[in-house]
Amino acid sequence: MPQLYPALSPEQKKELSDIALRIVAPGKGILAADESVGSMAKRLSQIGVENTEENRRQYRQVLFSADARIKKCIGGVIFFHETLYQKGDDGVPFIRTIQDKGIVVGIKVDKGVVALAGTDGETTTQGLDGLSERCAQYKKDGADFAKWRCVLKISDHTPSPLAILENANVLARYASICQQNGIVPIVEPEILPDGDHDLKRCQYVTEKVLAAVYKALNDHHVYLEGTLLKPNMVTPGHSCPFKYTPEEIAMATVSALRRTVPPAVPGVTFLSGGQSEEEASINLNAINRCPLPRPWALTFSYGRALQASALSAWRGQKDNASAATEEFIKRAEVNGLAAQGKYEGGGEDAGAAGQSLYIANHAY
Amino acid sequence: MAYRFPALTAEQRKELSDIAKRIVADGKGILAADESVGTMGSRLQRIKVENTEENRRQFREMLFSVDKSINQSIGGVILFHETLYQKDNQGKWFRDILKEKGIVVGIKLDQGAVPLAGTNGETSIQGLDGLSQRCAQYKKDGADFGKWRAVLKITDQCPSNLAIQENANVLARYASICQQNGLVPIVEPEVIPDGDHDIEHCQYVSEKVLAAVYKALNDHHVYLEGTLLKPNMVTAGHACTKKYTPEQVAMATVTTLCRTVPAAVPGICFLSGGMSEEDATLNLNAINLCPLPKPWKLSFSYGRALQASALDAWRGKAENKKATQEAFVKRAQANCQAAKGKYVHSGTSSSASSQSLFTPSYTY
Repeated sequence: MPQLYPALSPEQKKELSDIALRIVAPGKGILAADESVGSMAKRLSQIGVENTEENRRQYRQVLFSADARIKKCIGGVIFFHETLYQKGDDGVPFIRTIQDKGIVVGIKVDKGVVALAGTDGETTTQGLDGLSERCAQYKKDGADFAKWRCVLKISDHTPSPLAILENANVLARYASICQQNGIVPIVEPEILPDGDHDLKRCQYVTEKVLAAVYKALNDHHVYLEGTLLKPNMVTPGHSCPFKYTPEEIAMATVSALRRTVPPAVPGVTFLSGGQSEEEASINLNAINRCPLPRPWALTFSYGRALQASALSAWRGQKDNASAATEEFIKRAEVNGLAAQGKYEGGGEDAGAAGQSLYIANHAY
Repeated sequence: MAYRFPALTAEQRKELSDIAKRIVADGKGILAADESVGTMGSRLQRIKVENTEENRRQFREMLFSVDKSINQSIGGVILFHETLYQKDNQGKWFRDILKEKGIVVGIKLDQGAVPLAGTNGETSIQGLDGLSQRCAQYKKDGADFGKWRAVLKITDQCPSNLAIQENANVLARYASICQQNGLVPIVEPEVIPDGDHDIEHCQYVSEKVLAAVYKALNDHHVYLEGTLLKPNMVTAGHACTKKYTPEQVAMATVTTLCRTVPAAVPGICFLSGGMSEEDATLNLNAINLCPLPKPWKLSFSYGRALQASALDAWRGKAENKKATQEAFVKRAQANCQAAKGKYVHSGTSSSASSQSLFTPSYTY
């Protein structure tokens, strides 16, 4: 078993590692603006806006026209394919607008979930075909990182060993291919919060899933220093009768990560998974104040939890655009503080910030 | 996949975690004095002393009866079965002498290597039969940690997948059984230095081995916070013509650990594996100065590298007691400094301390 076939040269490794560190630099996190056309349909229908390409473009423009305040709290933006090739009203490609703010551009590369036969409604994620060529093209077009989401759920018999193994394996294949093309893979093994299980159960499952993910990454010769992890926080299921404090969530989350995520991984960027904007910030803050030693950056990769207020303020009206942008900047700054454990909590919640953003069985 | 069957109660976890932390607190390390009868034979033969039970007892007594201040450098001592039930000249149990000095007593638990059929001379380790009962008895008799050594070697085809999986699995079974009986398991997956491979090759193999070990520990529900790791440092093979500095050894070693050992593991106590006393100390010091993340304590569990000079000074003669003890204490203090990154090379070392202690194909 000789080391005759290094997967990456030292130069490739350095490039990947530098990109990853830039994204999770202190106080910075990721804006997940990569909602598929189908997911955007749900968001827009909630504010009574038609799901057209133009409306989606206008909406992303609201986010991307944020001013320089965004530079210190946003390290990366994840794009959907369509958005990567769209421009602002000023004719400037969105990619350029984001890059000019010193923010790293990322691209969603998976092609959604597909059923695993013989399981209780479990899935794997497709998108490996031609992935290398797609990554090479995205890299040319300005993307430096990618994201791929796998989904697992908790019930009496799930996640099954097959679901864990298969999703870990497909994440590792994706990660390996990305790195071959100079793209930092964000590895996202999301365990959905659907169900009535308690915090301990989620922690147990999260540990099993993450252990399998890192074994698979090792088996596939993935360079950990050039990756990021996007996990769920450890939380009780949505219909769990017990309530837990942010400190309990933080302790469960950090314990799980300490037992499974090697210190070589530069950053963990949590998904918000339907938590309200405020909850997502408070939990991230508690995580960064957790007394257990934490060798990786612990920050955010939020979609809904960065955008809910902005969407709500926009409602598809051009006149509301700058107010909506302000709402986004506000959440970004709050999360930038939370990523350093410096958020002093918000008593005064805007209506949207406190509202749970949970959608049952969120596929995308 | 329900979380209905916790392996340990909260109290059991706390006890294990406290023991592990005590052993590696403040730069302390471990004296591996658990040489089997056969192995002591090789040691004693070098200094022309007959391998009798009394001689073995006398030498161990020399080490254990040093001044109490040894407890600032030595947090734990691993004993062989025979030694756990021996007494000093005044009739006092060795284990009580150690405990009174505040040193944690450990016991070697494995029963040696056995061949894996169909491999190129690879082995697994036996000792699981009745292990639970043995652990319970040892715990009653004063032991608080166990140790089990698995062995892997590097050649063109080795270690094979089978050797890696099998040794990882048996280490995990041993660890699980120890914890059920209140003993902290030291997990030792030694990749031996025999061969002419370079440091990169050793690093590659060590990463694969450690990834498999931690996956197995996770699969077997082992509580990582209540374990210690005893790995090889990452070095070139003994017959490799290229020489490496302590800084290179340190970088390769810590990189490997960063990629595979979860932060929840409280301490990593390196084996010396035939390095001279001085090299073992210099390398440990460089490891503690390495600029990579190091969320675990990085300390020592040395046999030969703590005892070579002492054995040399003793030569079986009671009148050499003072010189013997001084030699041992000196190495213990040096390694404690190294475990804090504060070792200053004295320049003048005894011939024994620079002498390589490499024995080819060292089985025990």
